[in-house]
Amino acid sequence: MITVDLAETSVRDLNQRLHKLPKDTNERAWRVVNPKGAHALVAGLDAPIEVTIDGHPGYYCAGMNKEATVIVNGHCGVGLAENMMSGEVRVKGNASDAAGATGRGGLLVVEGDAGLRCGISMKGIDIVVAGSVGHMSAFMAQTGSLVVCGDVGSSFGDSIYEARLYVQGKVESLGADCIEKKMTPHHLAKLEKLLKRAGIEADARRFRRYGSARRLYNFHVDNVDAY
Amino acid sequence: MCGIVGLFLKNPSMRPKLGKHLRTMLIEMTERGPDSAGIAVYHRPAAGKSSKLTLFNADPKFPWREVGGQLGQALDTEVDFEVKANHAVMTVGADDEIVRDWLRQNHPEIRVMGYGRLMEVYKDMGLPAEVADRYGLAGMEGTHAIGHTRMATESAVTTEHSHPFTAASDMCLVHNGSLSNHNNMRKWLKKRGHIFETDNDSEVAARYFAQRLSEGASLKEALEAGLADLDGFYTFTMGTRDGFAVLRDAFACKPAVLAETDDWVAMASEYRSIANLPGADKAKVWAPAPSVVYTWEVKAAA
Repeated sequence: MITVDLAETSVRDLNQRLHKLPKDTNERAWRVVNPKGAHALVAGLDAPIEVTIDGHPGYYCAGMNKEATVIVNGHCGVGLAENMMSGEVRVKGNASDAAGATGRGGLLVVEGDAGLRCGISMKGIDIVVAGSVGHMSAFMAQTGSLVVCGDVGSSFGDSIYEARLYVQGKVESLGADCIEKKMTPHHLAKLEKLLKRAGIEADARRFRRYGSARRLYNFHVDNVDAY
Repeated sequence: MCGIVGLFLKNPSMRPKLGKHLRTMLIEMTERGPDSAGIAVYHRPAAGKSSKLTLFNADPKFPWREVGGQLGQALDTEVDFEVKANHAVMTVGADDEIVRDWLRQNHPEIRVMGYGRLMEVYKDMGLPAEVADRYGLAGMEGTHAIGHTRMATESAVTTEHSHPFTAASDMCLVHNGSLSNHNNMRKWLKKRGHIFETDNDSEVAARYFAQRLSEGASLKEALEAGLADLDGFYTFTMGTRDGFAVLRDAFACKPAVLAETDDWVAMASEYRSIANLPGADKAKVWAPAPSVVYTWEVKAAA
């Protein structure tokens, strides 16, 4: 395990060192201490390494992650794992706003709560939140899954495309074109698999499923007066 | 973009280090606001019925001693003053309203930055570290303090346009965001006797809360009223003589982090400002929820 102390090393030096690792590197286990809210920590990783961060990182932690596994023993700032491509990011504490925003792949697990706009514009990422999420979560979500074991704030899934949303707790309100859908055996199996992959203990049968009513896809003649 | 920091000490033994901690917090917000910075510190109370005013004139050779002498003679009272760069803290044995009236009539070139019994307000152009050190923030003790680092969007970069804004005795407000109905609110407040010193939307918010407090609202009630009346984006942090409050608008697109330990409560735009406080790694850390008023009160000095 290689330990990097951010009290002595700059974020830029750490990130550059990680970016230079070849795919077949033997330096696979990293530990980062004293993050103290620094921005863009371990962003842009592109190798199958495992990085553990002890403390609270700031904005855009593990952004654009590819293949790497990032574990945060703390809370994360805005834009956690933004535009993640693959790999896994796991936060033991809470995540702030826009966690997993625009994510294209991989798995994001938040063991605490996530803030506002979780999974906004998600494009294929799987997000599992053990706690609750705030308002405007899954706004314009395109593909992928968002699983929330707790409650969800207002305007959930507003203007959603084809992402799958699963909620165990209460939903304050649904956004435009987001509706509750039937939990089929197919979806139940998918959810069970995802919870297991995320290592979150929850009974998939207690979740409700939400998704797109697909009424915003095409122009509707009833709306002609609006133009 | 702007940066906000606030520190409220629950443990009296930390009070001598209030300024030192706030300085560290403020400097961490340099990237969010390098144009100008301001601080309000709830510092040593003026004795008896005296009031304390923080005054500003851009001229570094401004004759503060003469003004102090004239003021003392006019009001037949003692005037103490301490000059810090282009600011002067005046302690006067009279009500702050009388002093402010006299200054307005006799020295309109002086700007009153803050007034009350405890609060001192310093704001100036430059990087947060320069501003903090120009006014000796690190050496200031007290119960609570608020700071702001400004990257201007709606109005000019001047000392006057910098935050915090004061609109009542020992009350100040810092704001990250922009209000969209400030013109209407300004008219509404002018009708109620408020005299505006800048065209800054944040001054409108400060005067709005002062108005509600003067109508008898508690700190919490005043901020809750703001949720209905102030339209726009905001994270506010407000200080009063014995209170400290945080509020975000319903959309909450301006960032804010709160942290609390047994010893202190800290507010900042980002966690990195809080990270260096003693015990920050063990603190309860959370994002203040939209449209929820958070308040803390100073307990009687132990």
